[in-house]
Amino acid sequence: MSPQPQAAVGAPLSRVDGRLKVTGKALYAAEHDVDGVLHAVLVDASIGRGRITSLDTGAAEKHPGVLRVIHHRNAPKLPYLDNPGSNNPEGRRLRVFQDDKVLFHGQPVAVVVATTLEAAQHGASLVKVGYDAQKPSTDLAEAQPDEPTKYARGDAEAGLRKAAVRLDLDYRMARNHQNPMEPHATIARWNGDRLTVWDKTQWVVGTQTELSTVFDLPMKSVRVISPFVGGGFGSGLRCWPHTVVAALAARELKRPVKLVLSRRQMYFGTGFRPSYDYRVRLGSDRRGRLAAMVHEMDAETSSYEKFEEAIMLAGQMFYSTPNVSQEYRKVPLDVNTPIWMRGPGFASASFAIESAMDELANRLGVDPIELRLRNEPPEDESNGLPWSTRRLRECYSVGAREFGWDRRNPEPRSTRDGDWLVGLGMAAAVYDPGRFPAQARVRLDADGTAVAEAATIDMGPGTYTSQTQVAADALGLTMRNVTFRLGDSLYPPTPPHGGSMTMTVVGSAVLDGCNKVRGRAIQLAVEDEESPLYGIKAEDVVVRNGRLHVQDDPARGETYQRLLTRNKLTHLEAVGAYAGAPEPARHSYFSYGAVFTEVGVDATLGLVRVRRMLGVYDVGRIVSPKLADSQALGGMVGGIGQALLEHTVTDHRDGRIVNASLADYLVPVNADIRDLKAIYLEGEDPDADPLGVKGIGEVVQVGVAAAVANAVHNATGRRIRELPITAEALI
Amino acid sequence: MSTEPVSAAPPPAEPEALPSAPTRRTFIAATTAVGGVAVAGGVIGGSVLVGSEDAAAAVAPVSRVSLTVNGTRRTVTVDNRTSLLDLLREHLDLSGAKKGCNAGACGACTVLVDGRRVNSCLTLAVRLEGAEVTTIEGLADGDRLHPLQQAFIDEDAFQCGYCTPGQIMSGVGCIKEGHADTPEEIREWMSGNICRCGCYVKIVRAVEQTAGK
Repeated sequence: MSPQPQAAVGAPLSRVDGRLKVTGKALYAAEHDVDGVLHAVLVDASIGRGRITSLDTGAAEKHPGVLRVIHHRNAPKLPYLDNPGSNNPEGRRLRVFQDDKVLFHGQPVAVVVATTLEAAQHGASLVKVGYDAQKPSTDLAEAQPDEPTKYARGDAEAGLRKAAVRLDLDYRMARNHQNPMEPHATIARWNGDRLTVWDKTQWVVGTQTELSTVFDLPMKSVRVISPFVGGGFGSGLRCWPHTVVAALAARELKRPVKLVLSRRQMYFGTGFRPSYDYRVRLGSDRRGRLAAMVHEMDAETSSYEKFEEAIMLAGQMFYSTPNVSQEYRKVPLDVNTPIWMRGPGFASASFAIESAMDELANRLGVDPIELRLRNEPPEDESNGLPWSTRRLRECYSVGAREFGWDRRNPEPRSTRDGDWLVGLGMAAAVYDPGRFPAQARVRLDADGTAVAEAATIDMGPGTYTSQTQVAADALGLTMRNVTFRLGDSLYPPTPPHGGSMTMTVVGSAVLDGCNKVRGRAIQLAVEDEESPLYGIKAEDVVVRNGRLHVQDDPARGETYQRLLTRNKLTHLEAVGAYAGAPEPARHSYFSYGAVFTEVGVDATLGLVRVRRMLGVYDVGRIVSPKLADSQALGGMVGGIGQALLEHTVTDHRDGRIVNASLADYLVPVNADIRDLKAIYLEGEDPDADPLGVKGIGEVVQVGVAAAVANAVHNATGRRIRELPITAEALI
Repeated sequence: MSTEPVSAAPPPAEPEALPSAPTRRTFIAATTAVGGVAVAGGVIGGSVLVGSEDAAAAVAPVSRVSLTVNGTRRTVTVDNRTSLLDLLREHLDLSGAKKGCNAGACGACTVLVDGRRVNSCLTLAVRLEGAEVTTIEGLADGDRLHPLQQAFIDEDAFQCGYCTPGQIMSGVGCIKEGHADTPEEIREWMSGNICRCGCYVKIVRAVEQTAGK
């Protein structure tokens, strides 16, 4: 942080964009008013693998209002240049309408463009596609994995053999879909060779680079605009085929085109959290000290791209374990490519590891918290680095106290409340936040207001608000006099809005830019003979409410307005930067948490209800407490969905997703959620970054599913090793 | 889609050539015609279509409907397939009501029709003759927010904001129906509105507080 007084940072402020959102005036991707816009609707493949053999577009083309049907037989060849540095996984990305191959059920095979949405929708239903269909391979359990990614330290097999206590446990996790409330949408408009898209994305720069490589355009010819994003949870981390289709259609029709995915198309037109088969073998001594852990992870990916996520790290760093071996196998299937979903990797790994720890605690008769304390590593055993901050012990102790952990009866199936079996469970949480370079531009105007801008996104965590808080304090202005702008590729570049890094990297860049601008103003004042601050040491000057003054003598000073106006300056401007994680790393840096929950399980019906949940987090400084609280509760709700409801079901006969709707893919609704509470440990992580923050958004979903499963075990004595935990499994 | 005044409505065009077997769509079109609504053609989406490739667009089953939206009387010529949600979003420049699933499963499109909350994605615009529609854009009294809008801000009952207009309209309906006496009741009666950011605890708080006023 800067030497500035802290007024906005840490204050429980309401969202600066709140009024826009509650009045319906915040504009999401499909809502921008673009003159003469046409509507496009995708036709998607109705087979899981094969070739297109015939395309009858006659009826669609004759339909009133339909202007064109574009497909692989009439689409222009697109350059599709390599896009290094993007979020496209290794492989060959799907190229829309470039050949007759069908790689997965739902792949776009044509697009209907019409003057109205109704005509485009109806037209799409009239396109008849003939196929040479093959049986797709979509079953993780049946398919052949790729060569594994491996990790080893010590000799895990020998460690297991010698261990006094051994467990061999197999966990399965269903595929989950992000399902943000706003469907993905793109409006594309060409102006000569220049392309502008209004897009739902978590990374305007990523969409910009993808479009520039697909169409072979200079970066500066592509502008991506995304001021409001109706949720993402990872689904917007890469540029999907429909965005290319919208741009292609707009170029072909020479008119702006709007393309909105239907909810059904969201299930194969964007990514998902892959299903996992995660086997854990562990060995410990009689006191529960881990001697060895073996992790075997099979995860689905597509036939054309090798999707990867950080599934291995938790097993390497979380518990002190001398002998570890891991194999991470990606299983190529005839499905579309997955994408990171909230708490990527860690939210999956933690279900296996934190369930296994609970199973070990039960086997040994040791309290689950005590077992975790016995395995706290003094340093990161995966790389030998000291922790920056790791306050897990405090998370456990605060959580146990606030939750009433001492009321838990360790004997399973021992507490009843009418028809309900009641159980308490807990799990630890960890996430590795990203730290990539970012920039922000800051301009202080002579009227005493300031604008900061960066090409980042606000999909819900409150980027607009929290960045304004950082800028307001660093410039010494009130919140009202600072505007933060985002969601435009014309602004300074930032990494993706995800991976729990926006506050860290964009916040640090904003802080740097503001510090530079404030520093210049102070320098100007102390060198200006007409300023009351003339001759004062720069470091003795602070700014408060737009007025520069001597720190120990508030009466001596002047406003930005007076200073700039007298010096005939319209504004002061600087670009702030965050350079990324320090190289070489000096610390091992993670966000942590502990989740406690009480569940009720209907003894006859097997229904599971989360009666209450508490999360305690060590995530560094909290910039915006009111919004951070919402984020944590939201992560718990996401985790409850992962634990009890969410499951994308594929018909393995033809690769069709059978529950591609919000009526059939269940997510938590209001009646599912009762008493949730979050506690953030006070403090900061001075080694993490200039703001001392570590990132919230991902870790808050990690551990929730395991805590629920552990509570279900405590309630019923039944250990469910498969997500979601359904009534069928408990009857 | 044209909004009034429609000074030069084109003459009714030839009806579409009907295929030998009635399809669902022609059935709907025919039923609508029996209902006595005008069928016009040639103008779609408010723009006169030009060019040979647009010639086929000369006929589309459309109807004229008069309804009140946020206190303003509107007479519109709508494609019979148009939902109230698409009428608001694509033609009346009222994008506050959101399309989340277009299938009545998420509640993001909730608006009030004649004082009752409905999923506007499942409501055909043509059946709204004489109806009074209130959307999120019509809820505030000028600059003064509706108490529930203010409560959503104060309680931070949203994150991404996409479900928020639907939640608020649904909350207004929920309170009006008398289904907001206890948190349990609110949870039950607000469960038609999904919030993927997971703000339910605070949505309940905002509705409860507003109901108590």
